[in-house]
Amino acid sequence: MAKVEMTVNGRKVSHEVEDRTLLVDFLRDTLRLTGTHVGCDTSQCGCCTVHVNGRAVKSCTMLVGQANGAEVLTIEGLAEGEKLHPVQQAFTECHALQCGFCTPGMIMAVVGLLKDNPAPSDDEIIHGLEGNLCRCTGYINIIKAVKQAAQAMA
Amino acid sequence: MYPLTYRRAQSLAEARELLAHTQDAKLLAGGMTLIPTLKQRLAAPSMVVDIGQLAELRGIAMKGERLVIGAGTRHADVAGSDLVKQKIPALAQLASQVGDPQVRNQGTLGGSVANNDPAADYPSAVLGLGASIQTLQREIAADDYFRGVFETALDPGEIITAVSFPVPSRAAYAKFAQPASGYAMTGVFVAELDKSVRVAVTGAGPGVFRWKEAEQALGRNFSVASLQPLAVSPDGLNNDLHASAEYRANLVAVMARRAVASLTGENA
Repeated sequence: MAKVEMTVNGRKVSHEVEDRTLLVDFLRDTLRLTGTHVGCDTSQCGCCTVHVNGRAVKSCTMLVGQANGAEVLTIEGLAEGEKLHPVQQAFTECHALQCGFCTPGMIMAVVGLLKDNPAPSDDEIIHGLEGNLCRCTGYINIIKAVKQAAQAMA
Repeated sequence: MYPLTYRRAQSLAEARELLAHTQDAKLLAGGMTLIPTLKQRLAAPSMVVDIGQLAELRGIAMKGERLVIGAGTRHADVAGSDLVKQKIPALAQLASQVGDPQVRNQGTLGGSVANNDPAADYPSAVLGLGASIQTLQREIAADDYFRGVFETALDPGEIITAVSFPVPSRAAYAKFAQPASGYAMTGVFVAELDKSVRVAVTGAGPGVFRWKEAEQALGRNFSVASLQPLAVSPDGLNNDLHASAEYRANLVAVMARRAVASLTGENA
């Protein structure tokens, strides 16, 4: 057991957890932030994507200790009160989801993508979302949503 | 995952001490291979020693004629570095193709080189450029470093601190990615250096290797045409559900031609 402290969505948290705890399990089970999903057990699906110190990472592939002292942003921290983040808004308007299971990770990846590249081409969006799997949409409306969000944020 | 102790080293010296005095301790850099391995219970270290955030392992700089990249530098930082793009654009381009964005944000050069996955991208650049691997104890030439499947010249507990790359006159990396994983089904790194041409192949065999016939042919005449008559034997190449050895042998020739074509403007 070890004590970990970090800032999650602007709030300081501190808990005793087992060393082998994954960041995603800490977020979901300890902090009850269940918006971050686990879609696979092999680090491939990207449903668990969160930002650690401003960079999109897979929280299922990080020990909680690696995020000790970090600034963590999850899907719950994106909206400002009732006002959705432009990427969330674009996903709803473009119907960029069906079942929605991949959506939190997809949105966190898109927010990361647009930070590095505010006006991506279709190819850059496809390349930029290689770490996220969606089994419903065929990605077409996701790409639309990314472009709409990029325009909204420009 | 089996129970383990997590320790974040505050310095390389502390990491070395922890490794030396702990039975079955393992180094953790970005963890992009180690954490999935732990999750699958394919490894059971008593302790992981995290060196992924040590500032002394980060950074990209020219030292004399060579481009030196700290072992803890993330793939995304190599891919986005103006200095790397200016000196060895093929290396930046290779880094931009590792895994996916989340992996590139977390995975490190040193971790990839230490792990020596037979389908990883970086080993082809390290071997193809004739780089050297710097550890706390010594400097190892790429030709002496890669030993086979996940095997390297590193001693137990030896920590890579940086990789030092000679700057080629031109170089290119062509990769045929396995569509699901992004790993190289076959990737070929071609570099034209001061006095030699080097061609390194990843993904096709049990470890990265040099394609000497292609090096000689390109040394005589750096063109796609001089590669055209060459073929690779499938003997000893990987044969799995993704691709047969014969298919990979063909991919080696195709990727080598594509890499050269991207430099000469010919058709591959």
